[in-house]
Amino acid sequence: MLELALHILDIAENSIRAGASLVRILVRESRSKDLFLMRITDNGRGMTREERERALDPFYTTKKVRRVGLGLPMLAEAAERTGGRLRLRSRPQTGTIVEASFGLSHIDRQPLGDIASTLIALIVGNPGSDFIYRHETDGGVYLLDTRNIKRALEDVPLNHPEVTGFLRGHIAEGLGDIGASA
Amino acid sequence: MSKLKIEDLKKIKEKVHSQTALREGGQRAKVTVHMGTCGIASGAREVLNALMRVIEETNTTDVIVTTSGCMGLCSREPLVTVELLGKEPIKYEKMDEMKMRQVFKRHVLEGEIQTPFVLAKGSEVVR
Repeated sequence: MLELALHILDIAENSIRAGASLVRILVRESRSKDLFLMRITDNGRGMTREERERALDPFYTTKKVRRVGLGLPMLAEAAERTGGRLRLRSRPQTGTIVEASFGLSHIDRQPLGDIASTLIALIVGNPGSDFIYRHETDGGVYLLDTRNIKRALEDVPLNHPEVTGFLRGHIAEGLGDIGASA
Repeated sequence: MSKLKIEDLKKIKEKVHSQTALREGGQRAKVTVHMGTCGIASGAREVLNALMRVIEETNTTDVIVTTSGCMGLCSREPLVTVELLGKEPIKYEKMDEMKMRQVFKRHVLEGEIQTPFVLAKGSEVVR
């Protein structure tokens, strides 16, 4: 993975496969604490204690089509090499929280990358689920909630070309306004 | 200060309503971009992004775009499945943005399978 935005897409896809109807994505950048934090919270089926302990093992997966599961181990590795860490909280039937912290100014921290493309990929590919994206910087907060968008659009699907074009502009503008890092 | 407001979606809604009133009918095709860890790491998001952009450019509204997980052929990612209405699904391997644009314009819109990029015909069976 070359960007943190790709990790976010990957972890949020896990949430979808776990049957989540709502996925909350938080990105927090704090210059004063030199901290970059991402947290993905879902209401999917969650994990048992044993599953949670094995989730960071690259040779553990619940998939049947292959024998490795690299998403979480790669994110843990990316966080740890910047002095950060990965925290995993989960309870069966309740949901899962994946939180990764990074050293904001650490030279090995990957760039955040193209958040707009990540969100559009999630929204277009999973019309049955809702996403809340919250991005906090020292300059302010950007919030995107697909439940509000769906309400405004009524029967027009979220993946309509007019809507994806709008979303791309809305995200780029909102992140620019709060001075989000690239 | 944000210039694009969620309320602007109401205008989009009205515009879409006035357009779709003229055009009844079903979907022409379904395009699936495989979005597992392997797909994402090898560029599936950029492929999907290119697909959405070409759909926006051509103002196509009768194609369903969806994503799926890994199907076990990680070395052939990014994988894209194109299923025209009533036809067998075609799986394209090692896709990129330019190949995606070509497949959309030639296969999805004109029905001409882009053989050089094809991995297989038919659906995968997950056991």
